[in-house]
Amino acid sequence: MRDVRSMLVCVKGAAAIGACLALGEAAARWLRLPLPGNLVGMLLMTAALRLRLLRMETVRPLGDWLLRNMALFFVPAGVGLMRYFGLLRAEWLPIVGGCVAGLLAVLLVVGPLQQRLEAGGAADG
Amino acid sequence: MADLAGGALSIAATLLAYALARRLAERTGSALVNPVLVAVAVLVAALRLLHVDYAAYDHGARWVGWLLGPAVVALGIPLAAQMDEIARRGRSILLSIVAGSAAGIAAAAGTAALLGGSRRVVLSLVPRAVTTPIALGIAERIGGIPSLSAALVIGTGVVGAVVGPVLLRALGITSRTAWGLAMGASSHGVGTARAAEEGEVEGASAGLAIGLMGVATALLAPVAAWVLEFAIGPR
Repeated sequence: MRDVRSMLVCVKGAAAIGACLALGEAAARWLRLPLPGNLVGMLLMTAALRLRLLRMETVRPLGDWLLRNMALFFVPAGVGLMRYFGLLRAEWLPIVGGCVAGLLAVLLVVGPLQQRLEAGGAADG
Repeated sequence: MADLAGGALSIAATLLAYALARRLAERTGSALVNPVLVAVAVLVAALRLLHVDYAAYDHGARWVGWLLGPAVVALGIPLAAQMDEIARRGRSILLSIVAGSAAGIAAAAGTAALLGGSRRVVLSLVPRAVTTPIALGIAERIGGIPSLSAALVIGTGVVGAVVGPVLLRALGITSRTAWGLAMGASSHGVGTARAAEEGEVEGASAGLAIGLMGVATALLAPVAAWVLEFAIGPR
């Protein structure tokens, strides 16, 4: 009986996540939003949970599984880098230099700035 | 039939490479052994060795990549759970992200131009600061190579997932929201996956950072492209 119930939770969770994703994709396309559909789906999921249209217990089990394994889902795209080995060979210095400089700039600005604003900003927000 | 078998094989290879990389990461406990980095390196080496081209691999493996959509939606769960905490810091979060977006574009495109990058490479680096699906649209609009931008986003994310935690510790970042925001803003999905491993506040902040960074960079990219017209000349 418990197995049946936990399976039902997973099915309901999959339906809820799938519905948010489909609605997000449709909204991003039809409203021509500057955001990808999956991010719109993320915002829909947040809104549905906050407005109590969905219950946390319904989406938690499957959601936690997806988040725990999120790194895996990037592997095929990462392998896709092999298509650019030619261009990377020809212009590796500006490409790698630019990427690393951009990465470090964002880390160096966002981390310390946010921490400082939080420390100084009891009146924040 | 051969198609189906090939597809199943590339899915199995992806899962196997990832499982091995994950086990290796746990065994060594080193930040350098990032599961995505190791799995990608193993698979690229295997494909080259066996003379399998990317299209054949992608035919099956893209189903693994497809799960990224539901996973991004699932980021809304920690975001909802942490909403009160995040809303209290709303103003500082917006300010940090806009500053980070501007700094990221300027540093990436500026460095590439100074190092002698071609026009299309420099322009492909402008949208590198956002998550893949958004980067595609921006690169197209300003004259970069969309798929190169997307590949660079992933590449940066993999490097960031390794370098980010080390650098943030060296900088003395103890705030969990600041840690998550910095990882999501700099390393996107791969960084967010890393942040979600760290904890719920970190994962929620990183997911939020991707969305905000996307909007900020979409708005700043045309300005950056316009400035670059002057710096490196029109096409």
